[in-house]
Amino acid sequence: MNKKQKKVLIRICITILMLILIVSSMHFCGNLIEDRPLLKLAMYMIPYLTIGYDILRKAFRGIIKRQLFDESFLMAVATIGAIALGEYLEGVAVMLFYQIGELFQSYAIGKSRRNISELMDIRPDYANLVTGNSASRVDPDEVNIGDVIEVAPGEKIPIDGVVIFGKSSLNTSALTGESLPREVTEGSEVMSGCINMTSLIRIRTTKEFGESTASKILELVENASSRKSKSENFISKFARIYTPAVCIGALALAFLPPVIMMLMGKDTDIKTWVLRALTFLVISCPCALVISIPLSFFAGIGGAGRLGILIKGSNYMETLAKTDVVVFDKTGTMTKGVFEVTKVKSVGVSEEELLRLTSLAESYSTHPISRSIIAHYEDKYKTEVCKDKVLEVNEVGGKGVNAVIDGHQVSVGNAKLMHDEGINADGLSKVNGAGANGSASKDKEAFDTALSAEGSSAQTGTVVHVSIDGAYAGYILISDVIKETAVSAVERLRKAGVGKLVMLTGDSKAAANEIADTLKVDEVYSELLPEDKVSHVEELMTAKKSGRSLCFVGDGINDAPVLARADIGIAMGALGSDAAIEAADVVLMDDDPVKIALSIKIARKCIRIVYENIYFAIGIKVLCLILGALGIANMWWAIFADVGVMVLAVLNAIRALFNK
Amino acid sequence: MKKTYKIEVDCANCANKMEAAAKATEGVADCVVNFMALKMNVEFEENADPKGVMEKVLKNCKKVEDDCEIYL
Repeated sequence: MNKKQKKVLIRICITILMLILIVSSMHFCGNLIEDRPLLKLAMYMIPYLTIGYDILRKAFRGIIKRQLFDESFLMAVATIGAIALGEYLEGVAVMLFYQIGELFQSYAIGKSRRNISELMDIRPDYANLVTGNSASRVDPDEVNIGDVIEVAPGEKIPIDGVVIFGKSSLNTSALTGESLPREVTEGSEVMSGCINMTSLIRIRTTKEFGESTASKILELVENASSRKSKSENFISKFARIYTPAVCIGALALAFLPPVIMMLMGKDTDIKTWVLRALTFLVISCPCALVISIPLSFFAGIGGAGRLGILIKGSNYMETLAKTDVVVFDKTGTMTKGVFEVTKVKSVGVSEEELLRLTSLAESYSTHPISRSIIAHYEDKYKTEVCKDKVLEVNEVGGKGVNAVIDGHQVSVGNAKLMHDEGINADGLSKVNGAGANGSASKDKEAFDTALSAEGSSAQTGTVVHVSIDGAYAGYILISDVIKETAVSAVERLRKAGVGKLVMLTGDSKAAANEIADTLKVDEVYSELLPEDKVSHVEELMTAKKSGRSLCFVGDGINDAPVLARADIGIAMGALGSDAAIEAADVVLMDDDPVKIALSIKIARKCIRIVYENIYFAIGIKVLCLILGALGIANMWWAIFADVGVMVLAVLNAIRALFNK
Repeated sequence: MKKTYKIEVDCANCANKMEAAAKATEGVADCVVNFMALKMNVEFEENADPKGVMEKVLKNCKKVEDDCEIYL
């Protein structure tokens, strides 16, 4: 609580104490006080002024500036009116509860503001700039691109860069929501906002502070609630009409019925009608509505941010909640987009020996495929490839490598190379057929694919054949692997009620269908150029149900036009890619496809809360207005309609912060 | 031209009133008040002098909500 809030709290406590004193003294010596009206008025005026002096002052200023629908003014009129009619306790109580409501509101909002900024606590305060041999603490703004900074364990990385010294693990949870630490070593790219955990590292910066990941994300989150949703705009328009309408209603209620009754020749009690009108004024304040909607969105966006989902505006929250069609890209979205050894088939030698010889033969190569084989071998058998054993290496352009290892002539490459070595396709399939039960046709297929693609990265995978001393020794299949969570990501999308799942890819039909079958998507379009993707998305958008939205998910590298065209563009694993962050409406900070369903779920929950609040607040207010006009609801009800509804709506809004 | 200013205001409806008042000010093409972030994004009309316009915006905002502040 800040000073202002504490002061109000003290005033509230004093007022409550005074009211208790007054009520009990009325109980014990009521007659004595009732006989002296001035004394009674004075007794109530003390707590009234204690709790309401600032509201009265504000109301007075409002009158001077002709702001008739100012909240303070309305409250002042309602309470002074009640006191003038002799309803002292009601007058003071309305003011008291109004202040309690205001205090609660400002406390709750301050609290959720702080909560969310703590969630997004990635803003680095300083950088340790290395000059010569020593490091000095400077403002991160002062660090230039190419400078070297030092990050000790426990410190936040202030600026994006590349590690040039040291090994450590980083905690990226503030950025990605991922709790597993990330290992970094010399040459690894690191992002600002991560926390260095184990040992000191030095980083050469590649970006300025303002352009670094942490700064960009903070800017994005802070600006997110500036893009207002339809419901927010509706509420602010509603508030503009609501208050004047209720005030006019109050005026009509005070004077029309008595006048009509008088004309009809009946007795009327004008006091009753004026009191009912004052009840209207208390209900006329639109605060519960106006505060709970942006607060819900703010909490929803903040809660999503904690899970590594950046939603760039309240309006996108609304569209995301209506998702019925999800279209996604294959490579990088559902698959890892990197090569991995997916199958090893050895003939005549052990699998380990095959991998060992291949790794050695490839050890001088920097090609991603060679690297993936070596990595697989080292990882699987926990060893390191020792280049010393390789005697002679001959690279055969476009075909592969010939090497002499341990006195053996080893050839590693595509089918053409095998052909050169005197092994032909038929021979291969026979060899395979003899060795692999049942999977022969598949192996043949793989080999055929390798043949047709001429050793370039064929779509179902790249086949690397190996021969030892002119005899076929087997092959290694390398392909882009599906992400571990991809299947469950699709399942969760279905569970979340998404009607149609479509996969678009630039890859070959065979590869696309294989992945589509594993994932169980509804439609798949393959061999597409980037512009084809846009036209397919446009077609799907015209075909979708009206009122629902289409969401496109891509890795953001070459999907920018599609991301922009779809109702909602989700870029995944987009940290560090400015173009993707720019083009997308929702950014998933890590590349886990499960987050797609999660973000839809969060958006739906947030929108549900928003609607709950709208219906609840307007409903209760309208109900109290009707009951007030009929004389059933009195001022106490009105206070509940104003303050109680606001408190409940705010509490409900804060729920949007928590997602499981 | 767009600029962002930090603001101080207590209630959400008052923030809406400020937004309406700022929008109605001469030289302001569009304005969004973000109550949760306590920020005001103002888009100025071409050839408008932001400093002069913002003084008028502040004056108009003070008119509708006494208790507000814009940090220019």
